[in-house]
Amino acid sequence: MTASLTVAERRIGLLISILLALMGLVMAAAAGHGVMSLHGFMALALGLGLAFILGGSLYEAEAPADRLSRYYDAPTRFGISMTLIWAMIGMAVGVWVAALLYWPEGTPAWPATSFGRLRPVHTTGIIFGFGGNALIATSFHVLQRTSRARLADSVSPWAVLIGYNLFCVWAVTGYMLGSTQSKEYAEAEWYADIWLVVIWVTYFVLYLRTLARRNEPHIYVANWYYLAFILVVAMLHIVNNLALPVQWTSAESFPIWAGVQDAMVQWWYGHNAVAFFLTSGFLGMLYYFLPVRSGRPIWSYRLSIVSFWGIVFFYIWVGSHHLHYTALPFWAQTLGMTFSIMLLVPSWASAGNAIATLNGAWHKVRDDATLRFMFVAAVFYGLSTFEGSFLAIRPVNSLSHYTDWTVGHVHSGTLGWVAMIVFGAIYTIVPQLSGKTDMASATAVEWHFWLAVSGTLIYVISMWNAGITQGLMWRAYEENGALSYSFVESVEAMAPYYLLRTIGGGLFLAGAVICAWNCRVTMRRAVGHATDRPLVAQPAE
Amino acid sequence: MSNTTDPKELPGADPKTGERAIDPVSGYDTTGHDWGGITELNTAFPKIVIWALIVTHVYAVIAWILLPAWPTGNSYTPGLLGLDQGEQAIEGYQNLTDNRQNWMSRFESAEFDALQSDDALMALAMPAASRLFADNCAACHGTNGEGGPGFPALTDNAWLWSGDPEEIALTLHHGINTEDPDTRYAEMPAFDWMDRSERASLAQFVADLPDGSVDFESPAGILFTENCSSCHGEAGEGGLEIGAPSLTDTSVIYGQDVDTVMATLKQGRMGVMPAWSGRLSDAEINLLTVYVARLGDDAGDPQ
Ligand code: HEC
Ligand code: HEC
Repeated sequence: MTASLTVAERRIGLLISILLALMGLVMAAAAGHGVMSLHGFMALALGLGLAFILGGSLYEAEAPADRLSRYYDAPTRFGISMTLIWAMIGMAVGVWVAALLYWPEGTPAWPATSFGRLRPVHTTGIIFGFGGNALIATSFHVLQRTSRARLADSVSPWAVLIGYNLFCVWAVTGYMLGSTQSKEYAEAEWYADIWLVVIWVTYFVLYLRTLARRNEPHIYVANWYYLAFILVVAMLHIVNNLALPVQWTSAESFPIWAGVQDAMVQWWYGHNAVAFFLTSGFLGMLYYFLPVRSGRPIWSYRLSIVSFWGIVFFYIWVGSHHLHYTALPFWAQTLGMTFSIMLLVPSWASAGNAIATLNGAWHKVRDDATLRFMFVAAVFYGLSTFEGSFLAIRPVNSLSHYTDWTVGHVHSGTLGWVAMIVFGAIYTIVPQLSGKTDMASATAVEWHFWLAVSGTLIYVISMWNAGITQGLMWRAYEENGALSYSFVESVEAMAPYYLLRTIGGGLFLAGAVICAWNCRVTMRRAVGHATDRPLVAQPAE
Repeated sequence: MSNTTDPKELPGADPKTGERAIDPVSGYDTTGHDWGGITELNTAFPKIVIWALIVTHVYAVIAWILLPAWPTGNSYTPGLLGLDQGEQAIEGYQNLTDNRQNWMSRFESAEFDALQSDDALMALAMPAASRLFADNCAACHGTNGEGGPGFPALTDNAWLWSGDPEEIALTLHHGINTEDPDTRYAEMPAFDWMDRSERASLAQFVADLPDGSVDFESPAGILFTENCSSCHGEAGEGGLEIGAPSLTDTSVIYGQDVDTVMATLKQGRMGVMPAWSGRLSDAEINLLTVYVARLGDDAGDPQ
């Protein structure tokens, strides 16, 4: 990190680190005990550690002057490493909680490891830790390449990445200690939420400033998607997390929303987290890495425009399909359902556009596991968006809701689509940033691909079976009007599927571990920088 | 034609920039935009996408016409079908209840003997009762009512209170040690005031009670008679119908080994059986009463 900074930049970094340490100290001292004070100490330790590193390097050699004629890739490299670390943490916890559903007796007698606390560690670790780091890291890469310009400055990318990871660590450690807002995908408490807003605004500003310096007349569609991701996630995050802290010195708060309004805001957020966190940003990834890796032009410019605006417009409406047959008014459910259906075409247009882009490069798909990751991602994107629209239809939802079908649907999206496109992107970026043409082991990439595909299929198919079985058992009545099954029987019927799901998840995790190892070896053997350069060197500030 | 897709090597492309007017694979020209090598084709908008857009929008519009859909300030467009999800839920529930009512209504009466002797009714009702039991009672009493540590077995015909259906129904309605004003109340007091050595001798005595190898004239036996018999019966045989179990049979709630009895004596016990009046209908409670009574009967007399 420090070698790529000038002395002036190191000074700024040092100042920010000291401020972070002070903030941590104030938090720890004011809270005195409990989760918030522990989180204060974490910030203090991080701030001191960074200050130590930056301070110690203040008088070392400056970053080379020609750095301004190169892309700034060091933050991307760090972000990719964090992506892989979070992948292993998040997926391992996922496999563990999956195993607990099969084997509940395995729960240790330690509250921090109970199912209820570990589940959000899994979701946050994967969505924010793995997905978020991948999005930020690749966005820096894509933004610079498609703008043919270097990042607008060298300190804020670090602030964004490090600050963002502090948020993730705060979140998951908080859950394990029992601190939660009890809102799905928004469990982190109020001060972590405020911290994320600060980070996110920094990110947004950095993105816009860099875009403004672009040397290309047009903004490539990938950037539109990344921008939609950044902007809308900020809006969702702020509205859903509006809460009154019980006091300024503890990690408890009350949401300002109540009752069915709270549910609606939560699922407006929840579904748009799927849309703008888990879809929009990753579509940006797809739109960049697929044409780069396949060497093919995007199949249809018009389709990409229509998909973009279609997805952005329709997605915002569909959250209420999470609340079918609840206290939410019928009309709001109808709107959620119909907009979900209309959303299908823009979604499929993106998937179709991606697959048609591969026309003329199918031999590469066959030979190159990296491109195959992207192809499979596009296919699963199509499958899971179709499934999503289908499940949003009220009568279908009456069968599927509250069952493991939903879990299967989510994982066809997250494993099949999100994670696959991330791995495709990683296998493209990592060698490039290491000054190489290939990953250290092509065989390992091949292994990873097949582990990931088989893991996903086993997972998704077992959850389809599980969900449909549950749905049918719950609604089965005898002729005499009595229920055919007790709930416990439907739980017992899940055992084989839960076992299979654990195995599928385990395969997927094994693939991710291989990926992390492969990336580490490749990065360690790095010989210099990425060879591509901005069109115009950036003027020194 | 070679197999390459490198833009620079494709026919018709400028060998330096790779730019070209027409993409040879698809036959379409590009838009002319270029982001460090990424280009886009000027493909005509696919007809099928337009059709798909039309179809999905038509679906949406039809749904908006038929169903409640758009908010209008204080109200909303009700839709031609005039559906109301509250009414639909009540109606759906009513339909199910109607099917059940044929036989369920019989259980509104608490004539347990009459109910139990109607074999046809029992054949219809008992499978339903077993599901009702599994959904509401199994979490504590075990899937088949076999009990577990802290929760009495209902299968063994050894009762804290009574196996008489009227009494079981009373337990189900009001629970044991609950907030219900008519709750049954039963407490095993703590004997923490006793000497530890006395408690230990008592514990040994109680543990030996089931096989009868005890002497009521021994110091422990006298302690038992003085402190315990009032609730557990002269010889610990229970059956006083005050919630204190027999200590001479093999059925246990917490356990009748020395260590568990020591714990019972030290801290006392006061198990809670929830009251079901507010949660289950009277007919359902009567149905479960018959079910539980038959569970006990099937087991025959306790040893
Ligand atoms: C929360 C746990 C729990 C649930 C649920 C529960 N019970 Fe109980 N039940 C108990 C406990 C504990 C006792 C013993 C109370 C005591 O120790 O005095 C008990 C006692 C009883 C008794 C008295 C047994 C006797 O020997 O006299 C009956 C009958 C009974 N339960 C039936 C049921 C039925 C039927 C249901 C379902 C509707 C049910 N219970 C649900 C915990 C539960
Ligand atoms: C006031 C009445 C009362 C007295 C006196 C009393 N008990 Fe109890 N005992 C109970 C009740 C009621 C229970 C059931 C508690 C429950 O289920 O939660 C019980 C439960 C027990 C149990 C647990 C049985 C099992 O199956 O796990 C043991 C052992 C026991 N008593 C022993 C004794 C001994 C020994 C004494 C004398 C020192 C004694 N009790 C005195 C009312 C009494």
